[in-house]
Amino acid sequence: MATYHLTTPLTSEDTRQLKAGDVVYLSGVLFTARDAAHKRLVDLIEAGEALPFDLEGSVIYFVGPTPPKPGDPIGSAGPTTSYRMDSYSPTMLAHGSKGMIGKGKRNQAVKDACIEYDGIYFGATGGAGALLGKRIKSAEVIAYPELGPEAVRRIEVEEFPVTVINDTYGNDLYQMGREQYEVK
Amino acid sequence: MREIEFDTVVKTIRDLIIHCSTDLPEDMYDALRTSAKTEKSPVAKAVLEQILENAHIAETEGRPLCQDTGLAVFFVRVGEEVKIKGGLLRDAINMGTEQGYKDGYLRASTCEPFSRANLKDTIGYNLPAIIHFDLVAGDKIEIEYAAKGGGSENVSRARVFPPAAGKEGIIEYVREVVSDAGGNPCPPIVVGVGIGGTFEKAVISSKHALFRDIGTENPDEELNEMEQTLLEKINNLGIGAMGMGGTKTAMAVHIESNPCHIASLPVSVNIQCHSSRHAHITL
Repeated sequence: MATYHLTTPLTSEDTRQLKAGDVVYLSGVLFTARDAAHKRLVDLIEAGEALPFDLEGSVIYFVGPTPPKPGDPIGSAGPTTSYRMDSYSPTMLAHGSKGMIGKGKRNQAVKDACIEYDGIYFGATGGAGALLGKRIKSAEVIAYPELGPEAVRRIEVEEFPVTVINDTYGNDLYQMGREQYEVK
Repeated sequence: MREIEFDTVVKTIRDLIIHCSTDLPEDMYDALRTSAKTEKSPVAKAVLEQILENAHIAETEGRPLCQDTGLAVFFVRVGEEVKIKGGLLRDAINMGTEQGYKDGYLRASTCEPFSRANLKDTIGYNLPAIIHFDLVAGDKIEIEYAAKGGGSENVSRARVFPPAAGKEGIIEYVREVVSDAGGNPCPPIVVGVGIGGTFEKAVISSKHALFRDIGTENPDEELNEMEQTLLEKINNLGIGAMGMGGTKTAMAVHIESNPCHIASLPVSVNIQCHSSRHAHITL
């Protein structure tokens, strides 16, 4: 288990050094998207149309924040369950995205895409929305405002704490961790 | 007949919701602190410490503990000698829910099942609340409230077994539901189990079981023993905090049991994430 401090956008050099279980503090820009936004983004990719942001090296955060209080850039903002994005993530990775932040298991297609395209699936602590929201320094809706909490936002983060779940070598922290502590 | 003002109920519900969104109940906080102390996995320990730090930030700065501020779930026991002056009790609870979610800057998470359109501008902000009413003796209204998030609801399950499945069948089923859920429901979790009754009675009982304070014993000796057996089996799964591997997957198992039909053995498992936002008040 190692600790890294990385700034987005990420490169293959960044992601290949990471192993499942490593702790990473991310700084820079993240893009938020959940189910509905993913569907629209992947539809655009498949139609060969321009996306609302540059996918190259991007890290997508699966989150639907609470409304900000006056004076705050965003409300509480912890990760949502990731499997709902499983059918979209391989396309996003194939088109340049390098990372995803969420919580919970991914399917084999996502893990394979992480190997093929140097992608990383990071886990953030679910239910730590107050703590994680405070690491977000600015937030701006850049697409699909009608989706409310599910709109695509460009957010700037500082030292945003995540753990590597699936790395570029096919390792899976959920599987490894569980095998280590399972009592049969 | 005792009377309670409609507006009193609205204000009570509003304040309760705002308070619960930022202040983790003491039983949960204590259980998390104990879990952080005893957890053997350093990765899971770090997660538990982050959860405790989050609770501290939420309470001192008035920020929602989790961005999934849930659907508002109520169990309401209404005394037969009390009535609401100026409106209906259901309307007062819904109005209080809408005001609490709006004024507390909480998320509006109700939507139409197929179009997935948010209901905030049609039915109301995070409406309708999910309300289970019961009629009891007396002139009081007892209200239990929980903000129930989606992640832990999504992995909950129910099944009607043949009676021959027995206690062993139930234990194996609960273990299997938690095992399949893995890290998705945000462990360490509380597991609510409803046994017996009809299909829907078992499901509602499994939800209600989650309202019991952690650390309290089941008054029924047999169920109490079953809770301990299940807790050990679940913690032996190794899932750990946020599924990253560890010795603490559940903090408690709570069982409610009901008489059932001679032909059936309904079982329901409802899971509660570590951000257990619940409260109990009497009006």
